Amino acid sequence: MSAIHWDSFFFLFFALVTCVFAVAVVVSNNIVRMAAYLVASLCGVAGLFFLSGAQFLGAMQLMLYVGGTVVLLVFGVMLTAKGPFVSMQSGGGQWILALLTGGSLLAVLLQTVGQVRPIAEPNPAAIAAANPTTTQLGAGLVGIRTDKVGPSSSAGNKSGAYAGYLLPFEIISVHLLVVLVGAAFLARAKRRVRDTQQGLELGEEGLEPGT
Amino acid sequence: MDLLTQPVGLSHYLIVGAILFVCGVVCMTIKRNAVGVLMGIELVLNGANLNFVAFSSPQLEGSAHGLGLDGQFIAVFVVVLAAAEAAVALAIALCFYRNHATIDVDRGNELNG
Repeated sequence: MSAIHWDSFFFLFFALVTCVFAVAVVVSNNIVRMAAYLVASLCGVAGLFFLSGAQFLGAMQLMLYVGGTVVLLVFGVMLTAKGPFVSMQSGGGQWILALLTGGSLLAVLLQTVGQVRPIAEPNPAAIAAANPTTTQLGAGLVGIRTDKVGPSSSAGNKSGAYAGYLLPFEIISVHLLVVLVGAAFLARAKRRVRDTQQGLELGEEGLEPGT
Repeated sequence: MDLLTQPVGLSHYLIVGAILFVCGVVCMTIKRNAVGVLMGIELVLNGANLNFVAFSSPQLEGSAHGLGLDGQFIAVFVVVLAAAEAAVALAIALCFYRNHATIDVDRGNELNG
């Protein structure tokens, strides 16, 4: 028996964490527990990112998803979870339909995965040679690609200069700004309007016994 | 035990991505809590992201012929878009909760004909 391949061991560990907690999110009825399971599942995905050589994405997953998006979700849970809304059950018929749909979708996806052949054999030597991709990502955003050197890239450069991802990056930045302003506008407390409405209702209630 | 002594390949990552995607779809369809539906969306986006990263990884895909860094760029954009989507969807859920005094998505049926 050969020695344990530690990459495979950690892949198995993170994959199990990811899948088990994702299933736990689905089967759990308590919304607070679902949020906790989601944190564990997203941390497992971040571990898989680190393992496949995308260090920057793994760190970004931990900071943005686990630190940002899930905290946002937890705030949503805290603001809306009252009494009966903490755990809401679905009917048995809905579970059967959802499991049927999910099972058939999973069968189709797994069959497709079985047909995927990697373009090259897995190359463990590249793991040792792989540099942290943060600098490459930053340079690639402005059009300097370090990962595609060779005849194909030079041919691509002859036909047209590689534009990078600068324009999508700008668009997504402005999109994020607009979305956050819109979210703050949507979620703001309409206190003045409600106060006047409550005042009117109180006035009407105060008037009602008299009339 | 065979998996422990062999290096993992691309298809292993794709299987994990497929399981995450299906869990997210089932979560979206089965949950009655609007925040639970949002969690399903997060799972779906993570499954897709995992596939992008696996296809762009040099040690899984072989170098220079795969997606290269393009997959990681798309994954970065997906993460940012997911954050934006979660912010807006939570604002809508809060509005829904304020207007209907419930978070059950089955109760939002005013447009039912």
